[in-house]
Amino acid sequence: MRILEGEGVTKYFGGLAAVSNVDFHVDQGEIFGLIGPNGAGKTTLFNLISGAFTPKSGVIKFKGEKISGLKPYKICRMGMARTFQEVKIFGNMPVFQNVLLGSLFGTPSGMASANAAKEATELLDFVGLSAVKAIPAGGLTLANQKRVEVARALATKPELLLLDEVMAGLNSTETAETMELVTSIRDRGVTVFMIEHVMRAIMGVCDRIMVLHHGEKIADGTPKEIATSKKVIEVYLGE
Amino acid sequence: MDFSKINWTKAAITWGIPLVAVILVGFLPAYGSAYWVTRFSYFLMYIILAVAWTIFSGTTGYISLASAAFFGVGIYAAALLGDAMPLIFVVIIGGAASFVLALIFGAITLRLKGIYFAMFTFGLVLLFKELIYYYEINVEGLRGRFVVLQSNETIYYYLLGIFVVTMIVAYLIRRSKFGLALQSIGQNEEAAAHTGVNVTMVKILTFAVSAIFMGAAGVVMATKWTYVDPGVAFNLMISFTPVLMAIFGGMGNLYGPVIGAVLFTYIQEVLTTGDLAKYYMLIFGAVLIGAIVFMPNGLVGVIQKLVGLVRKWRKGGSVAQNADT
Repeated sequence: MRILEGEGVTKYFGGLAAVSNVDFHVDQGEIFGLIGPNGAGKTTLFNLISGAFTPKSGVIKFKGEKISGLKPYKICRMGMARTFQEVKIFGNMPVFQNVLLGSLFGTPSGMASANAAKEATELLDFVGLSAVKAIPAGGLTLANQKRVEVARALATKPELLLLDEVMAGLNSTETAETMELVTSIRDRGVTVFMIEHVMRAIMGVCDRIMVLHHGEKIADGTPKEIATSKKVIEVYLGE
Repeated sequence: MDFSKINWTKAAITWGIPLVAVILVGFLPAYGSAYWVTRFSYFLMYIILAVAWTIFSGTTGYISLASAAFFGVGIYAAALLGDAMPLIFVVIIGGAASFVLALIFGAITLRLKGIYFAMFTFGLVLLFKELIYYYEINVEGLRGRFVVLQSNETIYYYLLGIFVVTMIVAYLIRRSKFGLALQSIGQNEEAAAHTGVNVTMVKILTFAVSAIFMGAAGVVMATKWTYVDPGVAFNLMISFTPVLMAIFGGMGNLYGPVIGAVLFTYIQEVLTTGDLAKYYMLIFGAVLIGAIVFMPNGLVGVIQKLVGLVRKWRKGGSVAQNADT
């Protein structure tokens, strides 16, 4: 089943087409990767999907319903959560409160405080941050701040999770740990749509991959198909 | 309930001090002179304005300079309705009118960020002032109005009542999940929106709630001044002073704006009435700059730091080494 679908999605910044006539779909239960050179329009596409921007033309459907034009909080409560390329946490709030906010406000029907606290505790355990839950989130390492974002996103009980470069800036141990985390998120029944530059990671965990270049889709397919595609090698992977 | 688990010191500070203060202040007219009753009325007015301002701006970081607009709406409610109905109803109407206006202007302005929001709210005060001047002079052919006078005690008790309600509401918001949402908006609005917080609704509603107390305070203060015109009612100092008070006291908890308002009002009075009157603005400016440079978390921040240092010193740790900057 297609959990997310886009048809002819287009967005201009001034005269520049940041995303141009892109068709895509994400199947329920898969890990779907999005790659492309810097400035290809990857994050813009995420912003269009999560409601930060409205597409100039084209339609985005989530679970069969049109979501383009809806406010971000509504899309979140429908069951779609995201993280950000440049970490956006609540730096002065304790880690626990960061995650708690997700369960209190982001779930489809809202959650009673006691349940929300239980949920937040469980998720901090899942991402491995139980030990630092009382510390202001701004005091954590980058790798851990990214985990706070993931836990906060999961706290909204999403069916689809958008991860925007969760591995950027991490060392190789941290990258490996994060790959494991992404796989275990999928095993919890959450569909994952991720942007990534770390090739080893994206080729290793994704079921399917889409490639953007200058705002246009130039390929999609299995990691193997992408790795051997002539066009992709030409514009992105290099010889 | 296990009483041994209660932290009595903390409980005494959280509930005891306010309780004693409320009792002392509550019976002031019974034992204090008219001078002190009036003086405390001004303390209360500024505390209400500073705390109400902090409810919205202190947490979200949206610096509103519209306080004078809502205060002035209260003043005009008193001028127009003061002889038609009991004061309590005027207070309610003044608060409600401010709430509605804040909802409308919040819906228009709260999409603006940073300095643009501050400038717009600043302009709002001027707009109200000029519109009413225009209306009074050109349509009604008059300038200014008389307000039905109330006794010092009545004014005092009304302000005390508004103060208590303001503090309770501010405390409840801070403690609630709504307060958590406000805080998240202040720290990263975009992330808050993508985590399911209806940021527009939370901001506008809080802005409007904080305006209720400003309007209500305006109604009561108007009955002290007997004559008001738009220049008195929409005085920009009413917008700026509470902001400075809140910064001076510190916005990290509710004591901050209260302490800031009391000290600020007191300093202002000492400086304008004594031999120092000539140098008032100079000293005042120096104190403010010093406060902003040396006390980023306000007076409360300084006190908390001192308490922390004393605790460390008692534990025998090296204060000099551990003191953080």
